[in-house]
Amino acid sequence: MDSISADLGVALPEIALAIGGMALLMLGVFRAKRDDEPSQTAAAQLILYLATALLLAVGVLVALDGASAGAFDCAAGKDGGRACLFVDDTFSRFAKVLILFASAIMLILGVDYMRRHQMMQFEYPVLIVFAALGMCMMVSANDLMSLYMGLELQSLSLYVIAAFRRDSLRSTEAGLKYFVLGALSSGLLLYGASLIYGFTGSTRFDEIATAVVKLLEAKEETAAPIGLLFGLVFLASGLAFKISAAPFHMWTPDVYEGAPAPVTAFFATAPKVAALALFGRTMMGPFQDMAAQWSQVIAALAVASMFLGAFAGIGQTNIKRLMAYSSIGHMGFALVPLAAGTEAGVSAMLVYLVIYLATNVGVFAFILMMTRDGAQSARLADLDGLARTSPGAAAGLALLLFSLAGIPPLWGFMAKFAAFSAAVDAGLAWLAVAAVVSSVISAYYYLNIIRRMYFAEPAANPLQLGGGVLHRATFGVVALAMILAVAPFQPFNGFGAEEAASRAAKSLTEHRATAAPAKPAPTKEAALGAPAAPLGL
Amino acid sequence: MDGLDYRWLTFLTFLPLVGAGLTLLFSERNESDQLQIKRFALGVTVITFLTSLILLAYFDPSKEGYQFVEESKWVAGLTYKLGVDGLSFPFVLLTTFLTPLVILASWSVTSRVKEYMIAFLALETLMIGVFVSLDIVLFYLFFEGGLIPMFLIIGVWGGKDRVYASFKFFLYTLLGSVLMLVAMLWMISTVGDSAWFKTFVDAYKAANPDATLLPVASDITVLTEYASAAHKDPATGQSFIGFDPRSFSFLGIYLPAGVQSLLWLAFFASFAVKMPMWPVHTWLPDAHVQAPTAGSMVLAAILLKMGGYGLLRFSLPMFPQASADFANFVFVLSVVAIIYTSLVALAQEDMKKLIAYSSVAHMGYVTLGIFAGNQQGIDGAVFQMISHGFISAGLFMLVGVIYERAHTREISAFGGLAERMPIYAALLMLFAMANVGLPGTSGFVGEILALMGAFQASHWVAFAATSGVILSAAYMLTLYRRVALGEMTNKALETINDMTAREKLITAPLAAGAIILGVYPSLATDMFGPTTARLVAGVERAEAEAKKADAALEKRSVELVSTK
Repeated sequence: MDSISADLGVALPEIALAIGGMALLMLGVFRAKRDDEPSQTAAAQLILYLATALLLAVGVLVALDGASAGAFDCAAGKDGGRACLFVDDTFSRFAKVLILFASAIMLILGVDYMRRHQMMQFEYPVLIVFAALGMCMMVSANDLMSLYMGLELQSLSLYVIAAFRRDSLRSTEAGLKYFVLGALSSGLLLYGASLIYGFTGSTRFDEIATAVVKLLEAKEETAAPIGLLFGLVFLASGLAFKISAAPFHMWTPDVYEGAPAPVTAFFATAPKVAALALFGRTMMGPFQDMAAQWSQVIAALAVASMFLGAFAGIGQTNIKRLMAYSSIGHMGFALVPLAAGTEAGVSAMLVYLVIYLATNVGVFAFILMMTRDGAQSARLADLDGLARTSPGAAAGLALLLFSLAGIPPLWGFMAKFAAFSAAVDAGLAWLAVAAVVSSVISAYYYLNIIRRMYFAEPAANPLQLGGGVLHRATFGVVALAMILAVAPFQPFNGFGAEEAASRAAKSLTEHRATAAPAKPAPTKEAALGAPAAPLGL
Repeated sequence: MDGLDYRWLTFLTFLPLVGAGLTLLFSERNESDQLQIKRFALGVTVITFLTSLILLAYFDPSKEGYQFVEESKWVAGLTYKLGVDGLSFPFVLLTTFLTPLVILASWSVTSRVKEYMIAFLALETLMIGVFVSLDIVLFYLFFEGGLIPMFLIIGVWGGKDRVYASFKFFLYTLLGSVLMLVAMLWMISTVGDSAWFKTFVDAYKAANPDATLLPVASDITVLTEYASAAHKDPATGQSFIGFDPRSFSFLGIYLPAGVQSLLWLAFFASFAVKMPMWPVHTWLPDAHVQAPTAGSMVLAAILLKMGGYGLLRFSLPMFPQASADFANFVFVLSVVAIIYTSLVALAQEDMKKLIAYSSVAHMGYVTLGIFAGNQQGIDGAVFQMISHGFISAGLFMLVGVIYERAHTREISAFGGLAERMPIYAALLMLFAMANVGLPGTSGFVGEILALMGAFQASHWVAFAATSGVILSAAYMLTLYRRVALGEMTNKALETINDMTAREKLITAPLAAGAIILGVYPSLATDMFGPTTARLVAGVERAEAEAKKADAALEKRSVELVSTK
């Protein structure tokens, strides 16, 4: 793995995105004449379609790709080319497929909105492509430096598109808020990274893992040096900010509400996958042997997020803001299996992500269709009596919302089932209890939307459902998938998400295993066996 | 399986759902469209009932284990496994029998008929699914899934306070059930990791070398077997039976059966809310009063029975030690439920509320019988549930009949109905007496069996519970006197008409059921008797083994102390 061409082969999807993104940028700059509004819009639209095609094409490329490999500076690794700045394994490919398809769908679904609000500018699709590139980089990062590089590329693109509606006060406020808090979190993350570097002597994940094992052995106890712990906590805080886990969630509601609807839809999907996958890789990769320590941190983040998401969502009147709290809560649920610190936990987290992503695509496809008096609407009150005016849409949205609430027999229940059983398996029954209680609380606000749609009378000028065939098709297919996913025969049966996720999780831990042989994990019996503390209480 | 090996239970379970899907194709523009939809829904439920009768013909109550079993691979290491035994099959029949009547009772619904019928058909699938599931998570899926259509039925077609009632119903029962989910996960995880399970799978592989589906830990039959097998703690070498029953203290609370107590409590939380038991019954009167007539019928006749079924399917066979330990606790709750809610029923002015409270009291006999843990008690509990299915459905139907005419359920608004509505008065008398438990009606058989079982367990409990029979006579007779007898004081009722042919058609099978089961109870007991006998034998065996193990443990600790 020392030839440059082999390296380029491994990073082909990212390279294609980078070159494609820059080519689209050039195209935009040269095609759109400054003073010609229609030609600008036409060019922007063309670029948007091209960007979507690019994302989809790269997504297919990644999905079809073969074996695991590493790239860039691999010679430094001592164990057969595994120690690379950049890795391309099943885990990263799993996340990349989700990221690229979600980005493409959200990009194309935003066309109508962008056109209606005179926001059809070529920078938007180009920025999404760069954000997607950053996210792909993140999930493939195997080094603190490449991690930071991907993270910043993604973040900077997102700061700009959050404020994309320049003439709207809320949008610019959202962008600024996101930027200031995001910069702070990047600072935290960098500080944590430097501490980790200081205590382990490396920025490379596998070398950190080896160093951690040595440090733990040297101290002859399970506690790591306090400085390394601090570094880890700072790193986790920075990552928690990116997935908007409480208490680092403050930006989320404002940004979701303030940003243009297609941007919110994008925020709710692809970046969450990227950041959570990165979270999983960082925790399970270099710091696997410190699982006993970080597991508590993750559990605390999870509990805080779940309950904050559940309680704070109750009083909301804006559906975008509500979805912000919903996503905070869902990130908490997704962290529950990660707190287990096992391969099964990572697999459950990935399953959770797939289902979360699918459901959110459906809900945001609906939100993008919401129009009233010709303008985009996000008021929950506008949903009053929707079951009378458009019964099909109401039924579809009800399915999606019940699924978000995790009510069986919908797909969302299978997500929660996977997540909680991973936690219970690892002896974290108390965390599962907290999670189910918070899921009941959050069910209240999902039910509230259903109440508006089904129990209330329609207003004098009811909500119109705009959007084209694409919106309707996406919304309909996703809503149907919520029921069909639990059907016990092919091709349903969870749509194979389970198997793919477990392969991905396996590649993550295998990858680690070659880097530093893990100490035998404490057996479940040892964790649970003592009669004094069963159920992991 | 006697020519019935081709997924009949799947067919039976999902037929109503397919019907719901086809209902989507109808348009609902005018009254004749609505009638079409109603007829279609009725047809689907009747076919479902006929299918269940075919199964009945092939069902052999004396056969051990589950029948019509079918299995497929499912997500997340679970299995899609269906099957019925003598315990679940009566409830399947009850569901398929009642649903067509419920659809008929909805003939007067005029708003959003299509959605209404879809909700009821989907609900039927979910209800049947609860009783035929042989995978614990599949059971949970159906058990909780029923909340969705019921939430919509109460919320959309309910009375004045329907929003409050539907939210209370949904969140209350959901909160009760999620703890059960965690307990289920814990059980699956424990059983799946146990040495016992590995031997079990190996034995299965040896017996069926070409099996494509291996047993999974979420299979109810596997869990039940685990619950009666001996296990060894790998850490301490102690041996125990079933789900770890070794006692310990947690936060100063002594748990006599250890982890098993916690699991039992988690399951009990769910089933007690569903039953409902005092003091977690408060959602029921609200839900009943606000629900439309058909909704109340389904709720009282079938949904409440899921709690009792769950106790019999899970709590008793899987956690026998904890069940024995908590029996007195349940007795107290049941007796309070019987006496207190009967008194509350006595004070009600709303007919539906009265019947709702009476349902809570009658479910008290069910829990009493179940935790008496003997043959009579459990037979009585199952019989009481089936009988209550007929009686409560009939009573709610009758309330619906006069509500449609007078648009009120206030007892004081009626009086002297017997004059204008003789048939109605006669039927009301019949159901009121059946509810009281008059000999010759099904209510009597259930109550007397449950009380006999309770008497063997504790004389005082049986004594206190029997007073509930007197109280139920008090409130039912008062209701009857105030509604059907006396002077007709309300001028608006002077033109009231007796029951229509449709209403009679709905009530007659229910009345017939209540009488036939009362006169010839073996019709039902023969079906579930062998299964409950095995259940009781299993519980007794487990208790005896637990006692033996406890004694051995005690002996060992005494020896340890004396050697020291």
